[in-house]
Amino acid sequence: MILSEIAVILKARFLFGEEMGAKEIFRIGASDLMSDLLTADSAGSLILTGLATQQAVRAASIAGASAIVLIRGKIPPREIIDLAGEENIPLLTTPLSMFVASGRLYMHELKGLNNGR
Amino acid sequence: MENLIKTFFIKHRDFVHAGKPSIEIKNILKSLNTPPDIIRRVAVCGYEGEMNVVMHAYNGRMNLALSATRIEIRITDKGPGIQDIDQAMQVGFSTAPDEFREMGFGAGMGLPNMKKNADRFEIISAPGEGTTITMEFKTRGSDG
Repeated sequence: MILSEIAVILKARFLFGEEMGAKEIFRIGASDLMSDLLTADSAGSLILTGLATQQAVRAASIAGASAIVLIRGKIPPREIIDLAGEENIPLLTTPLSMFVASGRLYMHELKGLNNGR
Repeated sequence: MENLIKTFFIKHRDFVHAGKPSIEIKNILKSLNTPPDIIRRVAVCGYEGEMNVVMHAYNGRMNLALSATRIEIRITDKGPGIQDIDQAMQVGFSTAPDEFREMGFGAGMGLPNMKKNADRFEIISAPGEGTTITMEFKTRGSDG
């Protein structure tokens, strides 16, 4: 599924990287623990997280993630949006909770980080 | 013979800059056409190591050494050292304070994840004497 379709499912809006909406997303990781994302196979994934921090963006970059979606309508400070720009990782925000966002994506046949369902 | 050696400095509690060195290493390896899987493993190990220094040590440095056949990352810190290395290597064990856990760290996954991702992992530590972690990644063949 492509990123722009996921944005519609999550009622999410782009803070950075809307032009990359055609990126293919292969799996979803949902966590507020950076190590969880770094332990699993996060390459080509979309990360759902409540952490609107620089480290969330850096960990996503290190893990090779393709996009980050912040839950519960979080809008990070400008420097974090800029960092997403530097790392060229689309950054979105959804009003949904982690549970509801994860559930919606699961219903759309998306898989977990290690391709689990 | 090592072709490239670069040193990065890591400061205690510097969450603003933490991770930058590992991203720079990732970019260096990318520019050298290192296979993506190896880049990812090196970057994950570097990042986990950086965060350990930021959370637990006073300051430290990360050395990157490259040759045609291997990549070595060595992270040395001046910190409190590790009391019980076997315990520290267990998945889920962490001494990180809640303050760092709220930032998404201290899950007790770092050291085991570094060991898992490196082809060779060595940790030397003693209470009061700091910690040195050396990780090697083979980039060509199996005999290095």
